[in-house]
This record gives sequence, structure tokens and C-alpha cells, in this order.
Amino acid sequence: MKVILALLIALVPLAAVAKEAQPTDLDPVAQKRLIDLTSQFRCLVCQNETIADSTADLAADLRREIREQIKAGKTDDEIRKFMTSRYGDFVLYRPPLKATTVLLWFGPALLLFAGIVVLVRVMRARRQRAEAERPLSDEERTRAAELLVGKAGSGQR
Amino acid sequence: MNKFVIPLGVFVVLLAFLYVGLWLNPREVPSPFIGKPAPAFELARLQEPDKRFARRDMDGKVWLLNVWASWCVACREEHPILVEFAKQKIIPVVGLNYKDKPEDAKAWLKQFGNPYVLSVVDHDGRVGIDYGVYGVPETFLIDRKGVIRYKQIGPVTPEALEKKILPLARELEKS
Repeated sequence: MKVILALLIALVPLAAVAKEAQPTDLDPVAQKRLIDLTSQFRCLVCQNETIADSTADLAADLRREIREQIKAGKTDDEIRKFMTSRYGDFVLYRPPLKATTVLLWFGPALLLFAGIVVLVRVMRARRQRAEAERPLSDEERTRAAELLVGKAGSGQR
Repeated sequence: MNKFVIPLGVFVVLLAFLYVGLWLNPREVPSPFIGKPAPAFELARLQEPDKRFARRDMDGKVWLLNVWASWCVACREEHPILVEFAKQKIIPVVGLNYKDKPEDAKAWLKQFGNPYVLSVVDHDGRVGIDYGVYGVPETFLIDRKGVIRYKQIGPVTPEALEKKILPLARELEKS
């Protein structure tokens, strides 16, 4: 019993060393906003990472900047504007819809539509060809024979 | 015959796009600053820390704002070009020492030469953020009214200096 107790006591300083996550000075709602916002922005240093994920120095600075703006009561739109006025639309993972990005937004749908058009045309052409090559039915055969006979007859006259 | 024309056409167009893509630099993001007023700032000077320098101090001049740091590798590549350019005394170059230790920065200038009329200390990188800096070095050409006319992302090359910065600077000097 004493040994166990001694062991438990020996473990106490270890528990003290273990570090807890840094408490944030933001309330949970604001913290969620910070995470949501920073995951919408592209880090310009490592372009395939969001500012929320990136360990780049600039990303850390921008997280700090956005955190302070949230604390100052800025709206999401104001913060988005802060980012795009400095780094352009490129910083947004979801680019805005405007004249220069129309192709970006609708290009894939346009390609799909073009693909469907081509597919329908090819299928239609194929069906027509199959129709043309279908062997004659008995009825058509007799009619063809009659016509040929008639023609031959008219030639003799 | 007709059967092959369309796929071949599509292929050629695709090839053209890919070929052009080969020469594009993904780090060169179009800057939203061209034609916009350079953000105001007022910072302590590197060499004389008790004196300050503000963007408006350069009003009425055409000048270059060069963002640099002693930790920045590409800055070493560009530095001799700036030193050479400064000797010609065409337009003043102001340095924005970005997220650096002042003593490192001063040692760096001593070692490689100082092309700047002065450098200011952007210790926490806030002015850098205001200027949309994301890859040091960056260089801004600013006109008499404080409007950004050109931005060089990455080192200033002799080519960029000759073909873009200088002609534009001369034109702005005249106006």
C-alpha cells in the first residue's frame, strides 16, 4: 500500500509538467469564426495550404491579424476585404463570381454540356447508319421486285 | 478526314495552354496594389532608431521601396544589383527591413553595402502585411503622389530594372 502511494506521489510532478493547450483569449464563438475564416484563405507562401493550416511565418502573422480584427468587432466581410485588398482574389479559396472568373466557374459545366452534345450526335449518327444497313423485310423485298419489274416493263414499251 | 479535325484541334489548343503554362510563375500573383495609393506607415529608422520615417516624407518624389531582410536568401542575389543601381543616383531606394533583428540587419548592410537612403524597421511585419508582402524581397515603384506603379515580386533582376522599372521611373519623373 505504501509503495503504491509512493508511486502515485512520484507521478504528481509529471502531471504538472504536461502542458495544456494554450487558453485562447477568444470566446468559443469568436474562436470558431477565427478557424472558419482562416480556413477560407490561401497562404501565399505555401500556396496549397490554408492560413489556418500553414506553419509559415506570414500565416502566423495573418492569424494574429485576423484574431485582432475579430476582437475589434470586424465582420467577416470586412476581414475578407482586408485580405483581398492586400493579396488579391487569389487569397480566397472560393473566388468571387465576376467577369474574369466566369470561365472558371462555368467552364466545367460548359465542357460537360459540349460532351453531351457530341455524345448525342455520335449516337444519332450511329443509329441512322444502323437503320440504313438493316436488311430488307419480306414486304419491302416484294415491293422492290414489283418496282424493278415495272421499270423493266416500261423500258420495253 | 473530318473525323480527325475536331479532336486534333482540341489537342492543339490544349497543347498551347500547357505550353504557355510552362512559362508562368505561380508565385507571381497579380497585385491588387498597382494604381492604388501606397499604404501609409511611420516607422523607426534602422540606422538612427530615435528618428522616424513616414511614407508621406517621400511625397513629390519617385522612389523605390525595397522589402528586405538579412535572413532572406534571395535578397543576397538582388543586393549587388541594388547597390549598383543606387550608385547611379537615378531615384532613391528606401529599405523596409522586414521581420529582422536590427543588429543582424546592420551587420548585413556593412557586409554587402548599403544601397538605401535609409531603411525602416518593420519588426512585427505589420507594414509588410499592409503592402501585401508574401515573398521577400519585393520592390514597389511609387510615384510623386504616393501611388504604387509597379511591383517586383522576388529579386530585382537587371532585366526587370532595364526593361520595366527604369523606363517607368523616367516617365514618372517627367510628369
